[in-house]
Amino acid sequence: MANEAQGAQRHPRHVASVAIQVILIVLIGGLAYGAVFNAVRNLARAHIASGFGFWNNTAGFEISQTLISYSASTATFGRAFWVGLLNTLLVASIAIVLATALGFVIGIARLSRNWLLARLAGGYVELVRNVPLLLQLLFWYNAVLKSLPELRDSVALPGGGFLNNRGLFLPRPEFAPGFAAVFAALLVGIIAAIALRLWARRRQERTGARIHFLWPALALVFGLPLVAFVLVGFPLGFSLPEMGRFNVRGGLEVLPEFAALLLALVVYTAAFIAEVVRAGVLSVSHGQTEAAQALGLRSGTTLRLVVVPQAMRVIVPPLTSQYLNLIKNSSLAVAVGYPDLVQVFAGTVLNITGQAVEVIAITMAVYLAISLFASLVMNLYARATAVVER
Amino acid sequence: MRRLATALALAIVLAFGLQAACAQTLGAVKGRGQLVCGANGTLAGFGLPDPQGKWTGFDVDFCRAIAAAIFDDPTKVKFVPLTAKDRFTALQSGEVDVLSRNTTWTLSRDTSLGLDFVAVTYYDGQGFMVRKSLKVSSALELNDAAVCVQQGTTSELNLADYFRTNHMALKTVTFATGDDALKAYESSRCDAYTTDSSALFGERLRLVNPADHIVLPEIISKEPLSPAVRHGDNQWIDIVRWTHFAMIDAEELGVTRANVSDKLKSDDPETRRMLGVEGQYGEGLGLTNDWVVRIIKHVGNYGEVFERNIGQGSPLKIVRGLNALWTKGGLQYGPPFR
Repeated sequence: MANEAQGAQRHPRHVASVAIQVILIVLIGGLAYGAVFNAVRNLARAHIASGFGFWNNTAGFEISQTLISYSASTATFGRAFWVGLLNTLLVASIAIVLATALGFVIGIARLSRNWLLARLAGGYVELVRNVPLLLQLLFWYNAVLKSLPELRDSVALPGGGFLNNRGLFLPRPEFAPGFAAVFAALLVGIIAAIALRLWARRRQERTGARIHFLWPALALVFGLPLVAFVLVGFPLGFSLPEMGRFNVRGGLEVLPEFAALLLALVVYTAAFIAEVVRAGVLSVSHGQTEAAQALGLRSGTTLRLVVVPQAMRVIVPPLTSQYLNLIKNSSLAVAVGYPDLVQVFAGTVLNITGQAVEVIAITMAVYLAISLFASLVMNLYARATAVVER
Repeated sequence: MRRLATALALAIVLAFGLQAACAQTLGAVKGRGQLVCGANGTLAGFGLPDPQGKWTGFDVDFCRAIAAAIFDDPTKVKFVPLTAKDRFTALQSGEVDVLSRNTTWTLSRDTSLGLDFVAVTYYDGQGFMVRKSLKVSSALELNDAAVCVQQGTTSELNLADYFRTNHMALKTVTFATGDDALKAYESSRCDAYTTDSSALFGERLRLVNPADHIVLPEIISKEPLSPAVRHGDNQWIDIVRWTHFAMIDAEELGVTRANVSDKLKSDDPETRRMLGVEGQYGEGLGLTNDWVVRIIKHVGNYGEVFERNIGQGSPLKIVRGLNALWTKGGLQYGPPFR
């Protein structure tokens, strides 16, 4: 009886709450619509071109690093957008991998019982994370990379590469058609290695016998492609960079702008990741380590099987933030002229078309999408490694 | 809850009621008590603040002339340094009243940016600077060269066009500011540096060893540099445009800073009309009739401004060339005061 009365009382309040929320949504929607409508009207009144028609117009400018084919005479502003986006993704993804590796090493080193190693790692973290990233970027670009030798005095690298203040020029691998077989062999090798690992683990769970699968797995992953490579008849050539009148021609070119941005992002973000890793490791109570040792596990195994899996649960959420910061920080490319999305699209394209509202809106949407995708992936990982509550 | 809804409703009213900043620029400038002028900030001879923060240059003096015409005081200008990238947005959004920053007049800029170019104050063209040690004597020998350029400029587009039409390979390295592009060139990141040839002379002097660099003879484009204002405010367009014409006509009629007060007693009817002794031409613009006297008294005529900032009276020593008066074989021509 009492319950019924309560339900009857709650009912109108519930309706009111839904109604208020609906009204709120309508109001916010109306506000957004009004702002857009007003902006469009004001743009038209000021005779500023609007809309996305510019996307298919010819760009007419050159870009120094293009991962997809691009020529100033035929490419469109849309093509320039994709070139910029790919350059952003390239530098961000490589930087994430390297910063994670460096960050883990330094984070673990800071916890080391070796006094010197721990102090060096601590000094690195304190120095790097307290100097603004932009300054570090300018330092790498202007102080380090610009002081490399000039073109005429290029450092010749063994194997036919060059290093000078215009970049690093390496032999570019050129794949003959038969190289597909090598990739196929690599794929087979990886699948076989995973299968081997699953089999080894299942066997250990069943019988308790540990099988060292590391060396056989490595042999599968690297050996199979190697065998295929020899059997198909060495389907790989290299195009060597050569010295031209003004520049090094051919080969694989690593721009100093790219190198500076990559270095700055890796060095800076690694310091933060190191702290995240340290916090994660310290969050695992010492009792866990002692218990593992009491069971007779060696310290490497203890770290790998007991400490790291528990630490990862603490590490992953803040690590996600660091990745997102890194992706967004890559837009500092503008300062050194690396042709990322902001430099190419929100810079040159914006200036030529003059359509600031559209270009900035697209750029913001792209960064939002990249960041949301990165957090989605990290959240999935975090969920997969979460403690299963029973 | 109700308070939140009211606040939202108010915000909607505000969003719908907002007006773009346009029209009546003269009224806004007068009300503010100063002109806001978008200038270069890093280009010697055209727009550059000295260590004391005092702005000088050819484009800077143009803004001072407008301020002199309105306020009878050439110091009532606030200069906003703008990069090539930001300049149009700053004008569109109303941050500056006039853009006087070595900007090339092109069709697409005139029609799609919501702004109007008023008059060509400087006829320019794009050139190249290279190191002497490269032993290059023509831009046509630059096949495969790396060229530093400021992004978002007509220079960037002309550069790509020029190399393409001459079937030459090109590596461009672009930077947000001309300063960064020049620094990169100096550190030999690039073989050549390109921009308007007027600027090249000034930029060359900023290098550590100017004598090690030469400007190539080719001029690869037409770069008519013009101040720009927002589209739609015709009175303001007239004021800015006629400020330039008044300085040209003053030079043609021999009116200078030194003799302007004597010229008020001149018998020449055109001079008398220009200086406001006869007629109400200044009031037609929304200014006072002695507006040209104010410009000449404080800033000088076109020739004086040219020589002082970029001509023989300056380190740049640029010759008048296309920018001589039409009576002397150049292109500068002012419509009559009548």
